[in-house]
Amino acid sequence: MIRLENLTKHYGSFVAVDDISLEVPRGVLYGFLGPNGAGKTTTLRMIAGILRPTEGRVLLGGDDVHRDPIPAKMRLGFIPDRPFVYDKLTGAEFLRFVAGLYGQEGEAVDRRIAELLEVFELASWKDELVEAYSHGMRQKLIISSALIHRPEYIVVDEPMVGLDPKAARLLKDIFRQFVARGGTVLMSTHTLEVAEAMCDRIAIMQHGKIVADGTVDDVRRQHRAGDATLEELFLKLTGGARVRALVEVLGG
Amino acid sequence: MTQPSLWHVLQPKWRTALQRIREERSRGGSGKMLLLTLVGLAFWVGVYGVLYRILKYFRGVEEVGPLLAAKLLGLVLLSFIAILVLSNVITALSSFFLAKDLDLLVSAPVDWLRLYLAKLGETLLHSSWMVGLMTVPILAAYGVIYEGGALFAPYAVLTLVPLLVLPAVVGSALTLILVNAFPARRTRDLLSIIALGAAGGVILLFRLVQPERLARPEGFRNLLDFIEVLRTPTSPFLPSEWGTKAIMGFLRDTPDPLPLLLLWSTAAAFVTLGAMLHRELFAQGFTKAQEGAERFVRGKFWRWTLGWVLAPLPVAKREFVLKDVRLFFRDTTQWSQLILLAVLVVVYLFNIKALPLRRGEPVGFFYVTLVSFLNLGLAGFVLASIAARFIFPAVSLEGRQMWLLRSSPLDLRALLWSKYWVGTLPLLVLALLLTGFTNVLLQVGPYMMVVGLVAICGLTLAIAALALGFGALYPQFETENAAQIPTSFGGLVYMMATIALLAAVIVALWQAVYAYVRAVYDGRPVVVDGWMIAWFTIAAAICAAATVIPLRIGLRKMESFEF
Repeated sequence: MIRLENLTKHYGSFVAVDDISLEVPRGVLYGFLGPNGAGKTTTLRMIAGILRPTEGRVLLGGDDVHRDPIPAKMRLGFIPDRPFVYDKLTGAEFLRFVAGLYGQEGEAVDRRIAELLEVFELASWKDELVEAYSHGMRQKLIISSALIHRPEYIVVDEPMVGLDPKAARLLKDIFRQFVARGGTVLMSTHTLEVAEAMCDRIAIMQHGKIVADGTVDDVRRQHRAGDATLEELFLKLTGGARVRALVEVLGG
Repeated sequence: MTQPSLWHVLQPKWRTALQRIREERSRGGSGKMLLLTLVGLAFWVGVYGVLYRILKYFRGVEEVGPLLAAKLLGLVLLSFIAILVLSNVITALSSFFLAKDLDLLVSAPVDWLRLYLAKLGETLLHSSWMVGLMTVPILAAYGVIYEGGALFAPYAVLTLVPLLVLPAVVGSALTLILVNAFPARRTRDLLSIIALGAAGGVILLFRLVQPERLARPEGFRNLLDFIEVLRTPTSPFLPSEWGTKAIMGFLRDTPDPLPLLLLWSTAAAFVTLGAMLHRELFAQGFTKAQEGAERFVRGKFWRWTLGWVLAPLPVAKREFVLKDVRLFFRDTTQWSQLILLAVLVVVYLFNIKALPLRRGEPVGFFYVTLVSFLNLGLAGFVLASIAARFIFPAVSLEGRQMWLLRSSPLDLRALLWSKYWVGTLPLLVLALLLTGFTNVLLQVGPYMMVVGLVAICGLTLAIAALALGFGALYPQFETENAAQIPTSFGGLVYMMATIALLAAVIVALWQAVYAYVRAVYDGRPVVVDGWMIAWFTIAAAICAAATVIPLRIGLRKMESFEF
């Protein structure tokens, strides 16, 4: 289980994440939605142990990510939104390096690397330097790196950005299978169709707070939205009036 | 359509620079600015002082003096132009072909001339500011000695501007041609090798010519021949010669408008020709610059060699070391600096060999011991500069990948350990070679040999730790070019801390070495007594503290990094 307890993050006087608490149970694909600047990425980076919370804590399977980071991080696979990797390593070298960070080596790792590169159609590129990879290929490489140590939890920030439709579909299938086998995925996304189709539960963030969470039906009920689509619900909760104003500005 | 003004095109850069200054101030950077200003001023005063004395001496020598002063200025300007052409070639590659704002500018309806002038201005500013600042104390010394008066300052600026514009145009044009011939990223690799190879070659050539022979009177055959050589210009077509004539003419009250006219008209003509070349070649070159990332990679060399040696290490440390070594040798801009390093080491040893120390035996012993001892400081300084270039940026260069390192269960101590030893071991080999060879060349006794080798080991461990620690304290995560990182404020603080360390260790060791020298002079046997052991212990304690404390502070700082 991923558990956030009163998680808060300040950047100077700006409150990016404001006292949020959340539980993501095992075997659930959880969607993290919200407009730009709502605090999603900051929250995910705190869960991954990259940012320190100003207050509150993050527990991964009972281990505090910041107090007891090694066992917590052993269970985690993190996929960031910006695919920065070492340009002068080959794809295979990068994956071997990441496996090494998780203390894994030997033939089992080589097999796993070959398997992942095959699945993401990078096998023919495995001995090419990453600097020659396209944005989408880098993204696939990072996704492979997050899966290399067979994590229990995957925290992923905007996974579909830069992926071609085939890779996007593949990723959806991988996440569904991962969850079906008892894994947990916490995924931020702007693509509401993806969230609606894939996620078991969602949370909507606005101005650093969680303004709604539960299944899509739960959220509809909580906000008396009838049979509104997730897009309508999202706009209602995050300022849809502005969208209408924008349409007018654009002459729609 | 009305074209945007040149100022409008340059505005984002200007505003970014202003914003950086503001952010620096709000982060309490006024102390930084003060320190930088003081160091800059000290440097200026130093250059001014040395040149003032030389020129004063020249002024006192009839006939030959002014010729020597002009020749010196000509040489200075010529070397500046040579440096500027190289620097402009490299800077133009970034500003014309790799800069992040190019996609926006090229896709916007901005005409080619504005783009050229904006980028030329940017290139000029980035590559010439340091040379521009260097000329201030130099020309000030000329102005003061030759009583140039208040008008000399604007006149000097008038002379200097075309001297800066010309290399910028030539450098940009060379880059334009090179990028059209090779992909931009390959060109960068090629340029770094050519530039460093050329710089190394020049240094080596200059040293092998043995300029110190000119200082010996027996080297001159005939004074008149010498004066004749001084009178002859290096080449009447070189802008440095026009610059010299313009400045010396003004200072010696024989003003001649021709050199200044030549400078300005040539600069204008070159800008025009550069713009025409840009119109013809830029679009094609810019397209090529988008390609050209390296694709094929050489086999599994490191895994089979270094990987085997590192096999006993835990897997995380081993993979980290392998990764660092691979990244270093695959980045041409990194390893190509080893060329320059090798040349500097050769020159260093050559200088030691050329020292005239063995003229009389008793003096010889003292000077040999002194040189061998002071060599520790000098070698330490060389090692500090190398560590500044290769170890100081190590933490900064991980910045963009820190998401991976911080989200993985990697213990940051392992990261620091790997960075430390990957940097320290080659440095240690170099340190031992430098000190060992120097001591062999100087024919020092076993006592100095042991003291030298042990001390340089301790200093190297501390210097590397300081570089890594200060690199973590003052990280530059946004800089993509590793070569720029040591020139930051943190780099300056690191160098100052290292100089303090060298001074402290040398002062401590001198007590022990002095006891040794006295014993040899007095004809007593050399006994390592309590006095010597106490000072050796103090030196060792300083080195140990300078190793452990920076690494601890660096680790703590890394643990607090947020991305």
